[in-house]
Amino acid sequence: MNVVVCVKQIPDPADPGALEEDHTLKRTGKLILDESDSFGVEMALQLVDKAGGGDVTLVSMAPNDETSGLRTALAMGAAKAVLVSDPALAGAGALDTAKVLAAAIGRVEGADLILAATESSDGYTGTVPEQIAGVLDLPSITFAKHVEVADGTVSVQRQTELGYDQCESPLPAVVSVTAGVVEPRYPSFKGIMAAKSKPVDQVTVADLGIDASAVGAAGAGQQIVEVTPAPERQAGEIIEDDGEAHLKIIDFLDGLKVL
Amino acid sequence: MHFDLTDEQESFRKVVADFARAEIAPHAEAWDRDHTFPVDTVRAMGELGLFGLPFPEEYGGGGSDFTTLCLAIEEIARVDQSVAITLEAGVGLGANPIFTYGTEEQKQRWLPDLCAGRALGGFGLTEPEAGSDAGGTRTRAVLDDVAGEWVIDGEKAFITNSGTAITSLVTITARTDVAGSGAAPEISTVIVPAGTPGVEVQPPYRKMGWHASDTHGLTFAGCRVPADHLLGQRGRGFANFLAILDDGRVAIAALALGTIEACLEQSVAYAKERHAFGRPIGGYQAVAFKCADLAVMAETARNLVYKAAFLKDAGRPFRKEAAMAKLYATEGAVTATREATQIFGGYGFMDETPVSRFYRDSKILEIGEGTSEVQRLVISRQLGLPV
Repeated sequence: MNVVVCVKQIPDPADPGALEEDHTLKRTGKLILDESDSFGVEMALQLVDKAGGGDVTLVSMAPNDETSGLRTALAMGAAKAVLVSDPALAGAGALDTAKVLAAAIGRVEGADLILAATESSDGYTGTVPEQIAGVLDLPSITFAKHVEVADGTVSVQRQTELGYDQCESPLPAVVSVTAGVVEPRYPSFKGIMAAKSKPVDQVTVADLGIDASAVGAAGAGQQIVEVTPAPERQAGEIIEDDGEAHLKIIDFLDGLKVL
Repeated sequence: MHFDLTDEQESFRKVVADFARAEIAPHAEAWDRDHTFPVDTVRAMGELGLFGLPFPEEYGGGGSDFTTLCLAIEEIARVDQSVAITLEAGVGLGANPIFTYGTEEQKQRWLPDLCAGRALGGFGLTEPEAGSDAGGTRTRAVLDDVAGEWVIDGEKAFITNSGTAITSLVTITARTDVAGSGAAPEISTVIVPAGTPGVEVQPPYRKMGWHASDTHGLTFAGCRVPADHLLGQRGRGFANFLAILDDGRVAIAALALGTIEACLEQSVAYAKERHAFGRPIGGYQAVAFKCADLAVMAETARNLVYKAAFLKDAGRPFRKEAAMAKLYATEGAVTATREATQIFGGYGFMDETPVSRFYRDSKILEIGEGTSEVQRLVISRQLGLPV
């Protein structure tokens, strides 16, 4: 079985970058594998392992021919990668990203299953996986916490607020994976050395047959007009216990209509 | 000339740092308190490839270099010296003598498990009354020609990794000259498989630090191992262990470097966050300058350690540089942990503050694998002085 995993390479959250003039995130330095994608990579490796054969292929869109994050996922065990890197993509919105990734997935032969994280850790739009499915006209299951594949069907436990839905879909399909559902392996030293020589198919927008003027800032159809820091958390209310504190807590919870 | 690590070294350093932060740091205080040897963590480190880093792939190693091993030891020492010394001793004293002096058969038998972290080896040099003074070795190995076996009698002290659940062997130094012959002492090294009848692992020591590291005394009474367990040439044991110790000194220095870096990082963070008399304590020169000194110490130690490791990897002489790195970094670690504890004040004396553990752990660094005095002796001799 062949699994494609969409992975994003992002600025290191431990060293948060600055914003460009158009309010998009500066992506000029070294980028790392988005941690939320490491779960999809691990799940893909386990699925291929269980299936007894096949490859995990990574698909990524990043500026400046960046491969550092891809190398991490290759070191974990993915076999190869497709990287779309093109100055025309600067400022691309979620839909453009989905179109580009969908075209890149088209370069991978025999993809049975496409995995992605539910959302990235820098942009957080949480829309790209479903948009990819839309562009490719494939079924899509979101918020997967457990994935199994058998006889051309993917069975997914789909996380809900109350528990999970049991869903099934014929393959190929796009499945978005929630964070923390598997334990991503650490790349071993041998994995890191092997990753050096694994193939990365580096392509431009033109290679994908996409019109450069229709994507990126030029074709985004959206603009970030303002970025403001999240409001600081307000101090909570402190109730001194004079013997009646429990009643005040009950009133408080009652006010929230959670009782 | 440049000071950059390779991309692969940087990548692996980050993996080990992530591993240390996620899998070791959260448990370090409890392991120290309960004197727990974390055997599952050692196995996980084996899966990462840490124990086989510098050895060829044909023996299950990673085919890497000594510098990469030093980076791994450094990153682990930032959170837990006990685990770092388990790795250092496992590679440097357990596997390295077998790889360097072993026959093909010995390498095939022992190295794959040692490289994978499925097994650990120890090196029994020190005795109750002999350490770097190898001439004082009293343990004897006598060849029983008829049985084709070495018969070992004696005692070893302070042997790291000698009594874990996965210890597979201890390589020991022993006198192999004929007793009472009046000939000069002949020292050889012999591999003793764990569990061989006649070798007894003593109860763990009560130690000032390194509580999560495995250290025992060993006694040998009529312990018999096959004649082919001789490691390297008969009579070359002394020279062999000196060469092994050169490597070990750089690795210990890397461990000390990790400790200095941790002290720097944690002291700076605390100095920014802790307030006294209306401002962060890092706003007072008394504290800020301590941090500045720690930064200089970390940088200097790093340059000495990486330089010595570079020389070894380049196949060039590095005995003097190894001694310098070990001397500076380990004495630095003792100073750095003392100063960091001072910056943390009362909290620095509490077990829940890592620098408190680092302080207790660091003293041994000035002693093990050649004391500071022995390092100064080595350096003096390299300067041609008749000491």
